[in-house]
Amino acid sequence: MKIEVKDAPGQLVAALKPISDVGGNIMAVIHEWDPTLRPKTRIVQVVLDIPEERLDGLIAALKAAGVTILRLGEERLLLKRSVIMIGHLMHTDLSDTVSQIDRTGYAEVVEMHLTMPGIAQRSSALFTISATNRAHMDEAMKVLRAVAKKKDLLLVEPLEEVA
Amino acid sequence: MMRVAILGLGSVGRGVASMLAKKGLGITITGIADSKSGACDPAGLDVAAVLEKKAKTGLCGDPAVTARAVVEGGEYDVLVEVTPTDVKTAEPALTHIRTALSMGKHVVTSNKGPMALHFRDLTALAEEHGVQLRYEATVCGAIPIIQTLQHGLAGNTVHAIYGVMNGTCNYILTRMADEGLTYEQALAEARELGYAEADPTFDVKGIDAALKLVILANTVWNNGVTLKDVECTGIDLLTAEALTLAGRQNCTIRLIGEVVPEKGLLRVSPRILPKKHPLVVRDTLNAVTVVTDMAGAITEVGKGAGSVETASAVIGDLLFIKNCHVTGH
Ligand SMILES: NC(=O)c1ccc[n+]([C@@H]2O[C@H](COP(=O)([O-])OP(=O)(O)OC[C@H]3O[C@@H](n4cnc5c(N)ncnc54)[C@H](OP(=O)(O)O)[C@@H]3O)[C@@H](O)[C@H]2O)c1
Repeated sequence: MKIEVKDAPGQLVAALKPISDVGGNIMAVIHEWDPTLRPKTRIVQVVLDIPEERLDGLIAALKAAGVTILRLGEERLLLKRSVIMIGHLMHTDLSDTVSQIDRTGYAEVVEMHLTMPGIAQRSSALFTISATNRAHMDEAMKVLRAVAKKKDLLLVEPLEEVA
Repeated sequence: MMRVAILGLGSVGRGVASMLAKKGLGITITGIADSKSGACDPAGLDVAAVLEKKAKTGLCGDPAVTARAVVEGGEYDVLVEVTPTDVKTAEPALTHIRTALSMGKHVVTSNKGPMALHFRDLTALAEEHGVQLRYEATVCGAIPIIQTLQHGLAGNTVHAIYGVMNGTCNYILTRMADEGLTYEQALAEARELGYAEADPTFDVKGIDAALKLVILANTVWNNGVTLKDVECTGIDLLTAEALTLAGRQNCTIRLIGEVVPEKGLLRVSPRILPKKHPLVVRDTLNAVTVVTDMAGAITEVGKGAGSVETASAVIGDLLFIKNCHVTGH
């Protein structure tokens, strides 16, 4: 979720304290600088893991602490998944392969390692994809599978087990 | 005494025959056949003599006695069908199994062909005749996965099954990851060690794993799926670099069979798994995880092939039938 805090010493800590108070687990804090914002205010995106039933309590506690909550939704989850693609990656337009994921708007390639053993030989690449939630990640995988099929690339996905 | 007739005296058949003779389990072999000969003796064959003859001459019995004659002769309680797998027709095993079941004989098989291609009609035929059709050895060799599913986990709702079901592929992937070998190098090594056939297609393209997956899916859900319903990708296009890339993330690649009916998934494909994952077993081992509502996840690991290992599964089935279904004698 995205929260807004005043740019004063100790504000961020004050904003984060209610999260640990209700047993939430802070996974990432991302600062956003937005010049159009009111002075002395900044936006902080907090990625957290919290049992659904405690969310209402947290919201109330944050409001009481004077924190404005800008956005709240499924997007609070940041998922990462690494896949490997094998084949003629360069000849089949690698940047297009990457941008097919980036273009979705809800997922992007955040890391890539490419190995090319030699001209005319198949190359291998590890892509790390980030998506805002599980459903979006699954959609991104579908896009990737379609691309792999069309470009005759072998896509090796991680095993995602049912709980 | 329970009487069995054995069709096929190759790796599995010899393992079964020699262990039955050695262990005194109350089971006599009254009939036996290979591709070119056969032998019957209602009082029980001399197994040592049959095996010696087979080793010396290539024939286990009289060329005038066919496998069909042994099946139709009927001097047995259980037919042990351990002949080669045919993925297209499942023959001649299919006809032999049908004949035996129709005669009211129990059947134990290690042959994936008939079970993967005709699961429903064969189980229905067995039921119609009030006999057992057991096939533990068709999936993951020595691992008692069918018993686990049918009895150990009885009453559970099975949500998913995942597994490493082909020892040849697992060996190749282990060697590629450990030594940085190319696929071709690791395959050549597997061949040298007798883990891969001269024509490795059946294993490396994932067909063998797919057949096992079909058998597991039918065992649990009786959903009538067959080989063509499996989305199947093999390991033959994997590169040494791909295993290195996975390794750098503390992961590796394994050929995984996966069936999740709730998601409509029936797939065999190379997958990335953390090195510490319970399904990441080494060399020719197999492993299978069953996820159920009550038990949670259960993983079994063991040898997926081998003469005596596979005989263990066949003999387990025979004793199950002996203890639960054959009376008298
Ligand atoms: N080996 C394993 O570890 C293992 C593990 C699990 C399952 N299985 C399955 O078990 C089965 C047997 O495997 P295996 O390794 O023992 O095979 P194998 O060593 O090739 O032996 C096959 C045997 O079947 C006989 N045979 C072939 N056609 C026949 C016919 N029409 N009628 C009667 N007998 C016939 C052969 O006769 P000849 O001796 O005259 O050639 C041979 O004795 C296969 O379906 C295999 O997929 C094997």
